[in-house]
Amino acid sequence: MVASRGNNTNPARIPALGLRLLALVFLSILLMYLDHRENHLDGIRKGVGAAVYPLRLAVDAPVRVWGWLGESTTSRNDLELELGRLRAERLLTNARLQRLTALEAENARLRALLDARTRVRDEVRVAEIMAVDANPYEHNLVIDIGSRDGVYDGQAIVDADGVVGQVIKTGVMTSQAVLISDTDHALPVEVNRNGLRTIAVGTGEIDQLDLPFLPNNADIRAGDLLVTSGLGGAFPAGYPVAVVNMVTRIPQEPFADVTATPSAALDQVREVMLVWSRPTVVVEDADE
Amino acid sequence: MSRDRASRRLPIIITLIVGLMLTIMPLPDSIRAFRPDWMALLVIFWAMQLPRTWSIGSAWIVGIVLDVSYGTLLGQHALALCFIAFVTVRFHLLMRVFPLSQLSATVFALLAIYQFLLFWVNGVAGVTAPSITYWAPVITGTLIWPFLFMFLSGVGYRARSGG
Repeated sequence: MVASRGNNTNPARIPALGLRLLALVFLSILLMYLDHRENHLDGIRKGVGAAVYPLRLAVDAPVRVWGWLGESTTSRNDLELELGRLRAERLLTNARLQRLTALEAENARLRALLDARTRVRDEVRVAEIMAVDANPYEHNLVIDIGSRDGVYDGQAIVDADGVVGQVIKTGVMTSQAVLISDTDHALPVEVNRNGLRTIAVGTGEIDQLDLPFLPNNADIRAGDLLVTSGLGGAFPAGYPVAVVNMVTRIPQEPFADVTATPSAALDQVREVMLVWSRPTVVVEDADE
Repeated sequence: MSRDRASRRLPIIITLIVGLMLTIMPLPDSIRAFRPDWMALLVIFWAMQLPRTWSIGSAWIVGIVLDVSYGTLLGQHALALCFIAFVTVRFHLLMRVFPLSQLSATVFALLAIYQFLLFWVNGVAGVTAPSITYWAPVITGTLIWPFLFMFLSGVGYRARSGG
């Protein structure tokens, strides 16, 4: 033991340390340059990402087990209550759906009359959010499907109440997505009431979006529903995004101060839907 | 010799895996910004204890893994980690004889350098400047260092004696 200790605390210098540092720093800078300017490094990212995948699963597992335990130990009474609630909800939803079929047919007919392009129905797929933190300085989430399932960069993510975000880094089995509340995210929206188009920018607060580009005389008021306009190309049109909660008009300022609350509960969702829509134009990602 | 090296690497790898799990573990929003940089602390510890087995090359690889799991620019954490590993390996003899208080001060400086390098790369790459809480991990990391050091010293002793 003494020998091995002595061997290890040998005061001789580690050979060529500075040179190695120089080489690695150079390599890092080269990698960063390639990663930033062009996207040549997807292969490396996916390879290392596959190695991180089991770790993500391991971190996610306790939360899953906890949820499963909670579900399997709920009392019969609670289950019956929930069943009743779900039945009532289903009845309501079905009733609404009946109207939707009729409305869709009517919409198609009217569009045909106007000679407009019929809307393609979007394909969706449910994905589960993994209980894994990605970057602490961004509003990110990790979902459990990746390029193996046909996910692509820039794909829109919605939940039952509205738009959640979009995919930014597609891995093989997991993908990373940015929430609409991230400060680097901007989303083209329109006011559902009058079709006024603007852009909703994330604020870094999970429950607030900013609409910075509306002039003082814009026709907008608290309670207005904002839906995706589909103009950016990334998001399909017509999904609810947020509800305007405050409009402050300051006369000497060029723009009104408008904030909105996202319709989707961004910090509470556990399951989301990915939307496959065929974009007609390829536009740069809004988040880059 | 190779068996010896392998048995030395095993505790390092285990601590790194646990560290990475702590890094990606979800935390409540209120304390999320205060999560210490586990990987940076581990890199400093192992570079100080086993500078021959664990040096800047390994730190660089850890950085790449971190970049992928964070989704940051590939090479950003790698650059920062291999730089602090370099400083630590360079002064490992000195750092080993430091009393714990002085060692904590050194770790504070190293973490600040680490965070600054990340900040700087973010600035060059045009990522939005974060708020003041960006520097919180430097403080929490320094506070947690003495405990981590004492805990890992036990593991490190086993690693040195090859058991």
